[in-house]
Amino acid sequence: MKKAIMMDAKDNVATAISAIAAGEEVKILSTKQEVVQRVTAKEALPLGHKIALTDIKKGAEIKKYGAVIGRASKEIAPGEYVHIHNVESNRMPLTEHMLSYK
Amino acid sequence: MEFQGFVRPDGRAGARNRVLVVATSDCAEPAARMIAHGIDDAVSVTQHQGCIAIETATTLAGAAKNPNIYAALLVSMGCEGIEAAPIMAEISQTGKPVELVRIQEAGSTGKTIARGREIVQKMAAEARKQKREAIAISRLAVGLKCGGSDTTSGIAANPAIGAMADMLVDAGASVIMIEPIEAVGAEEFLAGRAANETVKKQILKWISDEEKRWTVPGASIDFMCRGNIDGGLSTLEEKALGAIHKGGHRPIQGVLKNRKGYLEMVPPGGGFYLQEGTHEEIPAITYMAAAGANIIVFATGRGGVFGHAICPVVRVTGNPETWARMKEDMDINASTIMEGRESIESVGKRIFDEVVAVASGKLTISEQLGLDNFAVWKQDPRLEALLGLP
Repeated sequence: MKKAIMMDAKDNVATAISAIAAGEEVKILSTKQEVVQRVTAKEALPLGHKIALTDIKKGAEIKKYGAVIGRASKEIAPGEYVHIHNVESNRMPLTEHMLSYK
Repeated sequence: MEFQGFVRPDGRAGARNRVLVVATSDCAEPAARMIAHGIDDAVSVTQHQGCIAIETATTLAGAAKNPNIYAALLVSMGCEGIEAAPIMAEISQTGKPVELVRIQEAGSTGKTIARGREIVQKMAAEARKQKREAIAISRLAVGLKCGGSDTTSGIAANPAIGAMADMLVDAGASVIMIEPIEAVGAEEFLAGRAANETVKKQILKWISDEEKRWTVPGASIDFMCRGNIDGGLSTLEEKALGAIHKGGHRPIQGVLKNRKGYLEMVPPGGGFYLQEGTHEEIPAITYMAAAGANIIVFATGRGGVFGHAICPVVRVTGNPETWARMKEDMDINASTIMEGRESIESVGKRIFDEVVAVASGKLTISEQLGLDNFAVWKQDPRLEALLGLP
């Protein structure tokens, strides 16, 4: 089964340890390698990309490392792929050029 | 605990015994390159900001003052705004041999190269007579950098480097971290490590000053590269929170000043320091080298592969795909953490052992390949003045 790592118990996203396909069940591990949750991936995501663990309302905080890494720019459901298409920085928005990378 | 290094006249300890040929302006750069060419342990550097960019002179002097450098030769055109004499005087304070050749005084490019090669060959011969000796680890200074970062850097490579940084500080060594833009969003974590209230204020100002430089109304400046976003980093805060992991957990003793012709070297006594400067890889490493770093430990997710003219660079990747694809370019594999096969502490200890071995003469991969990158950052004095920054 595919795995993703949750850096802190307060987080609402986890990072994929290997590439994940849509529909796959994903074991969510703590940094101590304990299985803390399971989610079904709604979309494919590459290694190192983030998957939502809970419902995240538009404007709500995205948490990783137990800290705020930005806010949801749209409603996010558990198992959804979380990246620049649905997350915004609270400090410095991505430039148009950076957004073109996606 | 000890490493085998070179003691300099100013008491600082070196991990390498190089002869540095410094072109004080890019006009003189080809001559400097030809002087160093083919001479063992000789390397040439310059700055590419023009000949009147006097702000860069401090960094060039700092690079030559680095204890990895046995002796330095300055090569100037003669008519530059950046005067070679004060740079020479600054380097001389360390007690190491320094000489100067001006192309316009020497009479021609050919004469300059011939004279320069004679000097550098003599310096290199003297350098070879100096033998490594046992030196306490506490006299080592290590700079930390990450680049081509992805999310594996924040999860594996940087935390392992952080464990190594803690081991170094516990052994009495100095550790330096730069890249203030990559602290935006991680204020709480860094300020929480301040040794005292004064340092706490310095850290918060170090970050807020940098944020001001990047958020000038009307300016749209990229702050992450394609690899960062391809690698899963979504925001500056996420990048910063991952980047600061390489700093470990020990108290932050201060922010090394680096402005207006003054570049503070890491003081004796060890401990963890931040430094004013840039996040751009090569010039950031140059700044840390100028502050006295002997070795750079570099985390990369995507596979950033470069070396540095002054410091050996120990590369660490936490990305299993990068490790599989680019093994021969990586000094340390930290992807075992991602795969749950090894602890952060265990990888940290491997990096620590590698740093001690490299300090004692083991060549890093970038050194084996002869990668001697060098660049100098120039802060824009107009921006500083407009923003009212120090």
